[in-house]
Amino acid sequence: MSVQMKIEKIVCGYSGSFLLKEVSFDIEKGLFTGIIGPNGSGKTTLFRGITGDIGLKSGNIYFEGKNLTSFTGKQRARRFAIVTQKIEVANITVEEFVLLGRFPYKKPFQFLETEEDYRLAGKYMKMTGVYKYKDKLFSELSGGEQQLVSIAKALTQEPDILLLDEPTSHLDIAHQVKILNLLQKLNKTFKLTVIMIIHDLNLAGEYCDHIIMLDNGRIHTSGSAKEVLNYKNIEEVYKTPVVTRENPISKKPAIFLISERVLKGKM
Amino acid sequence: MKKRNTIWILIIVFLLLLLIGVVFLALSVGQINFSFAQILDILSKKEGVEYSVLANIRLPRILLSFAVGGALSISGLVLQGIYRNPLVEPYTLGISGGAALGVSFAIVFGLQNMFSGLTLPVFGIIGAIAMIILLYVLSLRKEYLNINKVLLTGVMISFMTSSMIMFIMATTTSENLQSIVFWTMGSLEEPNDLLIYLVFGISLVGLVVIYLFSGHLNALRLGEANARYLGINSRATIKILFVIASILTGVSVSIAGVIGFVGLIIPQLLRYLIGSDFRILIITTYLGGAIFLILSDIVARTIIAPNQLPIGVITGIIGGAIFIIALSKSKQGI
Repeated sequence: MSVQMKIEKIVCGYSGSFLLKEVSFDIEKGLFTGIIGPNGSGKTTLFRGITGDIGLKSGNIYFEGKNLTSFTGKQRARRFAIVTQKIEVANITVEEFVLLGRFPYKKPFQFLETEEDYRLAGKYMKMTGVYKYKDKLFSELSGGEQQLVSIAKALTQEPDILLLDEPTSHLDIAHQVKILNLLQKLNKTFKLTVIMIIHDLNLAGEYCDHIIMLDNGRIHTSGSAKEVLNYKNIEEVYKTPVVTRENPISKKPAIFLISERVLKGKM
Repeated sequence: MKKRNTIWILIIVFLLLLLIGVVFLALSVGQINFSFAQILDILSKKEGVEYSVLANIRLPRILLSFAVGGALSISGLVLQGIYRNPLVEPYTLGISGGAALGVSFAIVFGLQNMFSGLTLPVFGIIGAIAMIILLYVLSLRKEYLNINKVLLTGVMISFMTSSMIMFIMATTTSENLQSIVFWTMGSLEEPNDLLIYLVFGISLVGLVVIYLFSGHLNALRLGEANARYLGINSRATIKILFVIASILTGVSVSIAGVIGFVGLIIPQLLRYLIGSDFRILIITTYLGGAIFLILSDIVARTIIAPNQLPIGVITGIIGGAIFIIALSKSKQGI
């Protein structure tokens, strides 16, 4: 596997306190990477640093060997598609929404979509299972369906890397699994590189090939689920006692929480 | 997809026909009424008193109504689009207050004849530009995204300018007072043809430039960050569009006075009727605003003929009524 994106000693954050302290890692092509860590550990700051929401104080991000700053907005949007937690938007149909993913491919003075744009939007709406809603308003859909539509829009950008900020937060387990299964399918079948920030450690362990665990603006541990998600690492970073066992079917690590009462009664 | 484009074309054709109808109506009614056939006859002869009534009085006024109605409506649409807030309108930002203050100033200090007929518009545009610069320096430059801050600054500027105008009105002669009041309420009577052509030109250029940003505005519906993820320089786009909308408002207010509500209700009504795609919304909002203002002007100059009502009174009443009816009939709100 080859290195597709290289994050090199990036420092970024909001004025005053710099949340990320010289974070470096490589993203290999076709890998499903999860970024985990407690609240305030710098997950969202890292996400925003990569997306360009906040500027880098120092360090570089390289994409296929080229510095990301040398990309124009549209060039960038053709390589990276970004899915945020939630989008508030009124009065727009699902198809219109997905078609916006073709914006980076629009030529100057091109106002209308091409046949190809419609074909791709249709293809990815079918792939994500939202084609049946195409004439419905985006705002009428449930949170899980909206997230699927957002992923369809991201795919319509035909990116090399899909970057997601907690795609499963606020969703029930059925939708969580549905979305992660879809991401896994996209990753394995189409070799799409997926980077996802995720809170749920069990889901991270179950789906991600590679996990980066952040703690206080630095990388604490990174590696496979088995390497990262052991009770020692988790207790150190989250300051919470846990028990880890192997999932009997998937053989991935599963994390159990214990209530304080039980914990005290036992000890 | 083809179906959608056909519908768009039909909507535009419908509005253009409506516009032609309204223009003929505006040409036909007044102190002397002409029939449709008479209008064509008079216009083809190109002579006589009747021709001069149509060509020199009614037509320029229609042209100005068209330009101002369209300009105010699309600047409202643009501001609502970049701030994703349907309650923003050109006047919330204090631009009209600046123009009114400039004009009041000119009237009170007896400068009416400084640039002959152009004085009031010139002072209006100076006042409007001063407010745009003030707003830019105070909030837009750094906090262009903080909609609340930009809006609050604009509202406060509006309050301050209106207080200053009240101060001027309280301390001036009754003759000046009347001039200020009448200017403030808006009028589409403009004796200077050149000025009308200028406003017409600016209005159309504004329409074209804004249309070039229709794709950007469409993406901005998803919010500033998500538009940026699609490759748009959101920061620059928002600033450019803000300045264009401000100029259109400033120019309109300077020549025609404060014509309220057009910039608020026309974009809202059209969004409600045809959805949120700016590629159709920009054109229809422009045409809708133009039609609405030509119609309102017909009412303003005929309802208590031979006297005229200020156009702002009519747009406020008609616009407010249409808006309340639309709001009460809509299930999901506007």
